[in-house]
Amino acid sequence: MIYLDNSATTKPWPEVMETFIKASGDYFGNPSSMHQLGKDAGILLSKARDSAASMLGVEAEEVIFTSGGSESNALAVQGTMKALASRGKHAVTTVMEHPSVLKQFQDQEKQGAEVTYLQPGSDGRITASQVIQALRKDTVLVSIIRVQNEIGTVQPIEEIGRELAAFPKIYFHTDDVQGAGKLPIDLTYVDLYSLSSHKFHGVRGAGILVKKKGKNPAPLIMGGAQENGMRAGTENVPAAAAMVKALRLSREAYQASNGRLRELHNKMTNHYQGMTGVEINTPASGSVPYILNISVKHSKPEAIVEELSGRGIYISSKSACSSKEKNTDSVLGACGYTKERAETALRISLSAETTEQDIDELLRACSSIFPAVQLVVGGK
Amino acid sequence: MASAIYLDHAATTPMLPEVIETITKSMQDSYGNASSIHRMGRDARKQLDKARSMLAETIRADARDIVFTSGGTEANNLALTGYARANKENGKHIITSAVEHHAVLHPLEKLQQEGFDVTFLPVDQTGAVSLDQLKAAFREDTILVSIMHSNNETGVLQPVEDIAAFVKNTRAAMHTDAVQSYGLSNLDVEKLGVDMLSVSAHKINGPKGTGFLYIRRGTLVDPLHAGGEQERRKRAGTENVPGAAGFAKAAEEKTLSREQAAADLSALKKHFLSRLEEEAVSFAVNGEVSRTQPHIVNIYLPGVQMESFLVQLDMEGIYASSGSACTAGSMQPSHVIEAMYPGEERAYSSIRFSFGIGNTLEEIDKTAAVIGKIIKRS
Repeated sequence: MIYLDNSATTKPWPEVMETFIKASGDYFGNPSSMHQLGKDAGILLSKARDSAASMLGVEAEEVIFTSGGSESNALAVQGTMKALASRGKHAVTTVMEHPSVLKQFQDQEKQGAEVTYLQPGSDGRITASQVIQALRKDTVLVSIIRVQNEIGTVQPIEEIGRELAAFPKIYFHTDDVQGAGKLPIDLTYVDLYSLSSHKFHGVRGAGILVKKKGKNPAPLIMGGAQENGMRAGTENVPAAAAMVKALRLSREAYQASNGRLRELHNKMTNHYQGMTGVEINTPASGSVPYILNISVKHSKPEAIVEELSGRGIYISSKSACSSKEKNTDSVLGACGYTKERAETALRISLSAETTEQDIDELLRACSSIFPAVQLVVGGK
Repeated sequence: MASAIYLDHAATTPMLPEVIETITKSMQDSYGNASSIHRMGRDARKQLDKARSMLAETIRADARDIVFTSGGTEANNLALTGYARANKENGKHIITSAVEHHAVLHPLEKLQQEGFDVTFLPVDQTGAVSLDQLKAAFREDTILVSIMHSNNETGVLQPVEDIAAFVKNTRAAMHTDAVQSYGLSNLDVEKLGVDMLSVSAHKINGPKGTGFLYIRRGTLVDPLHAGGEQERRKRAGTENVPGAAGFAKAAEEKTLSREQAAADLSALKKHFLSRLEEEAVSFAVNGEVSRTQPHIVNIYLPGVQMESFLVQLDMEGIYASSGSACTAGSMQPSHVIEAMYPGEERAYSSIRFSFGIGNTLEEIDKTAAVIGKIIKRS
């Protein structure tokens, strides 16, 4: 089996599962309980929080554990727009956000907010000056995806943050669900930062929102004093401990395999560039080595996914959470690609464990499948 | 730790070995994203569907009416906030009780700030709300009634079926927080007559971070957070398939052993109370004991200061609680006991013991003896 859909979800590292199992057994107490078992669970949770904070370069109290990336994004966007409503109703974001950010803004628009959607340049990137130019007197939030989940482009978050530092009242959020654990980031000038455990080989149902001191979005889930009042509900201690373990292991593994993944990326790019009717959507520079997006002319991407799936190779036709939606307003389309190119896109996403052999097999399979699929569709 | 006695099962429970096994297996073998269209995704989807069907069956619901959440708190927030926002054109009045869990009370307080009008029904010393008082509080513009199935601090069961029967003949919807009842009470959503019901996995020896909200077809609920299309657009986010599978496994085990477990837990409770008497401990049960869940008993120990009492129990390796764990950290007197015995000092001297899998009569004996010893000492 060759799993190349690591942007949809990843397999937990074995050590992560060990941590999860051990914590579930030995530290099952409720951290809010006063007795020893509760305290033990609370201590493990604090350790996980400290460790996450030190890896992310923030303070422990700035780490909010959530149920995942979608909740972190919702808390950042919805929570900020609500909390700062009296100050202003304008936000700046991009056309290429994940639905968990985009739909939040669409909801906010229905409630009277105004949102500016920035368009990336031909290199797939937003510039800091674009962001600054879009600011208004009533802007309260800027939210920009760090690593685009379908194309793999990396936005200059640090630079945007530095420029935005001149506007200290505006909250700056970045959705780093696709970059966390895989690509280092400096959070000095980022106020709110989302990540999801299962995208970097952690367990499901866990995420983090980094929330800098003094930045206070309104909580979404109420009913207990957990997470400093930012997120109620019995803490998922085993999942949090396992997530932080995964963050550490992934940072090491992806740093070590960065060069190798880049070579595999180049190999794929070269191969596909040599194939008739195949276009590369991921820009050669300014993108991560573990995501490659291509379009296959005159094809039904679902048919290719299915063919590959039959051969034990798993890739994606589009972001998993929108797989079931009709593809009319795709990210690629919004980024300026033609409709056909957007509708025939495929995403190949690698993990630190992907081998050259895996890629060779994928490329061999594509060489035989693509022409056949293109013929079938072309013949209609 | 071998000698530790865990009597705080209402706060959280250890996972059953077979639940851990199910989760582990799911993480290893079915880690695909249930929204992916390739085989790994389809396998995960199948597992999620299976878990949903099994859980639906435990409350006699249609699988399509089960929305997975990150737990009981989120399920309650979704039910209350989601329903109120989706139905605000029909009215702004909501009825609940003063003894609900904070996961119900806090979102309702937030809704009050948004312009909703909330009536908090009082309870009597049995801990129960009265249908007559609810009827009296009911208004033309009442859109929602939320009454918990059983109380997390006292175990007192509420007359949910009677209330739901009344609400059914109105335009309002009925929600019940069944977090403490699920796995012990026979919850049949048709018989109960509720439109929404909240459940949490970690209270039934399942995993943390998982729960569900039952939403009867036709009941309009706005999502707490929009995003992906998961859970019929009621709850965005990559589905926690291993969590759901583990939850279903725990529910299956609980359902199979439900009647036996209820009998065993009742026996433990009865034994506990009679042993306390034998130890000549002066105490009173908070709430009408014949109307409580078998796994919870909340006792008033006159003159005892609960904080130091809990510390002493803890030193003896006995883990109990003063009220719900979510407020225990802050050591506020229980709002539940205060509502039942207003103006009395009972809330400062009441302890909750909650039983579950693994507890034995010997542990109960030791606990009663320790309580006797501590009280004699003080």
